[in-house]
Amino acid sequence: MSVLVYIENSEGTFRKSAFETISYASAIAAKLNKPLVAISIGKVSNDELDKAGQYGATKVLNASGEKLSAPNTQAYSSVIAAAAKAENAEVIVLSASFAGKTIAPRIAIKLDAGLAENVVSLPEMDGAFTVKKGSYSGKAYSIIEMLAGTKVISTMPNSYKVVPNAQTAQVVNFDFAPDAKDFAATVKERVKAGNAISLPEAELVVSAGRGMKGPENWGMIEELAKTLGAATACSKPVSDAGWRPHSEHVGQTGIAISPNLYIAVGISGAIQHLAGVSSSKVIVVVNKDPEAPFFKAADYGIVGDAFEVVPKLIEAAKAFKASQN
Amino acid sequence: MKILVCVSCVPDTTAKINFTPDNKEFVSAGVTFILNPYDEIALSKAVDLATANNGTVTVINVGDPSNEAVIRKALAIGANDAVRINSLPRDSYFVAKQIADYVKKNPFDIILCGRESSDHNGSSVPVMIAELLEIPCILFAKSLAIDGSTATLDSEIEGGKEIITTSMPFVAGASEGMAEWKIPNMRGIMSARTKPLIVVEPIEVAQKVKLVSYDKPISRSAVKMIAADDASKLFDIIREEKKII
Repeated sequence: MSVLVYIENSEGTFRKSAFETISYASAIAAKLNKPLVAISIGKVSNDELDKAGQYGATKVLNASGEKLSAPNTQAYSSVIAAAAKAENAEVIVLSASFAGKTIAPRIAIKLDAGLAENVVSLPEMDGAFTVKKGSYSGKAYSIIEMLAGTKVISTMPNSYKVVPNAQTAQVVNFDFAPDAKDFAATVKERVKAGNAISLPEAELVVSAGRGMKGPENWGMIEELAKTLGAATACSKPVSDAGWRPHSEHVGQTGIAISPNLYIAVGISGAIQHLAGVSSSKVIVVVNKDPEAPFFKAADYGIVGDAFEVVPKLIEAAKAFKASQN
Repeated sequence: MKILVCVSCVPDTTAKINFTPDNKEFVSAGVTFILNPYDEIALSKAVDLATANNGTVTVINVGDPSNEAVIRKALAIGANDAVRINSLPRDSYFVAKQIADYVKKNPFDIILCGRESSDHNGSSVPVMIAELLEIPCILFAKSLAIDGSTATLDSEIEGGKEIITTSMPFVAGASEGMAEWKIPNMRGIMSARTKPLIVVEPIEVAQKVKLVSYDKPISRSAVKMIAADDASKLFDIIREEKKII
């Protein structure tokens, strides 16, 4: 019996969410008094693989076969399911990243397991095995009991802290060749938008809406974000109008985020927008209109003209960053 | 070309979400149910593809008779016919099994879903359907182009996109940008009344998860206003009071 955690790499480097997921899985393994096994797929160096041991894994399965060097969620699902069987895993944990969401349901079916997605906290395991997951686009949570013997859990990014837990991890090759039918779809190309911080994983987000009046005014939003090391986001009207790309639209029909700090400039705070950002730990609203509904959902509010307030925030951010170094 | 669009009914985007006092059930009284927004994008794309390729669009929904108004709307947007599996959608696996079972008896070239539903946000149904049918699933598809028997899709990943090619059949989860919203016109609405809507009884499916209760997020304490002139103190205040930066 064991707990298996899939750790996702991007071009050979583990993402921050990978370490959060190992920490989460490590806590479950500790509660169950079972070993934590990590599985990595693709070309990852031994030095990088060893990092899994720093967060609780005692064994790291290295599935680095040639056919697995290109990302392929269907093939990767087969590999992880095979590893779960080999390691007799009772619980399989993945991050609910874009790939994780495409892999977890397949594993659940292959293992005849229950599946809980977007889980925000550790399971309760006294008697029934229950987990809490995000529901209704950030407006609620649901508590789900997992009835099947095997459980697949995908964790909401940025919902569990990375916890150092140094173990001696044994790196072992895992040779499993997926069936040819797993390769019916192939990734021809990966296009990365520069060094953009990914919104679903971002710890800090600076967002703006129609109050900015036009796309030409976004320079100061980008500068504030860059100074803070934050990702940039926007409201739906702004992405619909083409001022900002769809990939920045946060809200009920856009991306759901759960950063530590969300700064919203010139956004009124419609319910659909709130749905995408309500998991933020701290919300700061800057708006010229003191009646803007967003103030009711915020931790901090500044009534003022964005064009006057944001430059002050940029200066403050620079000073704040300097004081941290 | 035969296209299947999986649709679900969700509370209207402005609906307040409330639960019964024991927190075990969603309160649907007073709530308007609509076609899940991402499913509507999938449907619009399906209608475009069918028009361009002389194909047909079937919509499928797992739900009780109260869903039929929303299914008729899907027909009004341009689907040719509809199937309703006569059962409440118990969980993702249940829904996926019903749809996969239908597809095994009635094959399709392309299966489109929304990338997630706004009530459960699981994104699991499209993937489970694909796994049950042993076909690919491109879950966060922002675009879809067909060239003969190959499809090319842009799929969202962290900080960018993947360009994926696949053979048919496949499942895709429609994301924003895949198609423009279609507003049903009068002719669409009229014809929707007579387009076929068949009801199919569900198959038995083992239950692996069970909803125990709901919970609401902890409400934030009242907002602390900071004067615009004091804006520069914001980060120090947050560091001191919230300790998250």
